[in-house]
Amino acid sequence: MTDRALVVVRAGALTTVQDLGRPGHAHVGVPGSGALDRPASALANRLVGNGIEAAVLETTLNGCAVRARCAVTVAVTGAPCAVTVDGRPAAWAAPVTVTAGAVVEVGHAVRGVRSYVAFSGGVAVDPVLGSRSTDLLSGLGPAPLADAAVLPLGEAAGAPGRVDVAPAPGPADELVLHVLLGPRDDWFTKAALRMLAVGAYRVASASNRIGLRTDGPALERARHDELPSEGMVLGAVQVPPDGRPVVFLADHPTTGGYPVVGVVRGRDLTGAAQAAPGTPVRFVPVPVRR
Amino acid sequence: MRPLPVGEDALLVECASGEEAGALHAELLRRRSEGTLPGVTEIVPAARTVLLCGLAEPRRFATLLAQWDIPPMPPAMRETVEIPVRYDGPDLAEVAAMWGVTAGEVARIHSQARFRVAFCGFAPGFGYLTGLPERYAVPRMATPRTAVPAGSVGLAGAYTGIYPRSSPGGWQLIGTTDAVLWDPAREPAALLAPGTPVRFVADGAL
Repeated sequence: MTDRALVVVRAGALTTVQDLGRPGHAHVGVPGSGALDRPASALANRLVGNGIEAAVLETTLNGCAVRARCAVTVAVTGAPCAVTVDGRPAAWAAPVTVTAGAVVEVGHAVRGVRSYVAFSGGVAVDPVLGSRSTDLLSGLGPAPLADAAVLPLGEAAGAPGRVDVAPAPGPADELVLHVLLGPRDDWFTKAALRMLAVGAYRVASASNRIGLRTDGPALERARHDELPSEGMVLGAVQVPPDGRPVVFLADHPTTGGYPVVGVVRGRDLTGAAQAAPGTPVRFVPVPVRR
Repeated sequence: MRPLPVGEDALLVECASGEEAGALHAELLRRRSEGTLPGVTEIVPAARTVLLCGLAEPRRFATLLAQWDIPPMPPAMRETVEIPVRYDGPDLAEVAAMWGVTAGEVARIHSQARFRVAFCGFAPGFGYLTGLPERYAVPRMATPRTAVPAGSVGLAGAYTGIYPRSSPGGWQLIGTTDAVLWDPAREPAALLAPGTPVRFVADGAL
């Protein structure tokens, strides 16, 4: 009998199961969640013959290691890193055949933050509200990986991708975020909006799957009354009382009471997923016609 | 109503009041079930706004919205959810003092009010319930508790909320319920969704 499962050998700093998340439940307070770097998780899935909705592992900075209890095809994408199978070097961003019992080691990110590890058949933990994603804000989905944990795998469906090495853009040295201004840009002073464009910001170490926090000049508010709670979107640039912009990522709260100066363009969020603490951030405000 | 663009594909519709936002939300749900609402991925009501996500043409939708004739909040389309509660919270005496009544009166006033879930947030299944008159609004605690037990019934502003699970929190706790607010294995997982009418039933009064 084949035991289609993985055993966690080294969980890493923070490794979670992620898929496309659980959109459609924000009205009852459920975050969208899901893989932060969607193109990378989709590529990893395609390389092993999965649909892009299959669940993968998302690592944070220092990778992880798992033992496959069955023969499986594996692909690692996202943050570039060393990949080994039973200690022998294997390709990054390419389908790798792994025999039953072998250990797949995903190394430290050379650049970027999050590597994605796909397995043929996908990680098959029980879904919650239609998704297998770990949501770190609300605790839905499986717990982050722990050493010796066992993760079931699904049955492999498609044939592995035929590309040998898929081209994947690496993380940039500077994170450029185009920000469509609003809905609450009028809660900030003109000087604050100029500061957003020219201020020297960096990714703060307190960043996580909920939000990319920044260090840099505070944005001054023009209005000081309390904003009644309102719905929050992925990519919202919320400005808490300390004035440092926070970019909402997948596990962001569904409502919030701090003003949102603007919203980061969807395609720039991939870069936000891979920006390590200390990375310079350049906000490019884009005025929106009302 | 003022529609504000949010990013590439969302619209935040700002309303004059919570009631107007509730009426707009009900109308959006009605049109969605009727099949006449453009495709959206989320409809998220909040204190005075409704957020629509995943619109193919947000600007065009904003123009259409301006022409809508929105009826005032319709009578509840759902059955009232009755929540049994023991009025035994650690802040009951303090709330009674702020209201200028006895603890027993707090229980009576609270269990006689007719509530509606205005919106959800903070945690899955956590509803912000309106229905208490504004004069009973209370401030949040200056120092939030690090752990509020699941099932705690609390007040903040004129809202009532019930903690679906143990979490930190700053609401003034007036009671406890055994009702299960959130169960992902249940359909629907959330006992309270925006628009749900709610009544609190004092334990022993059922």
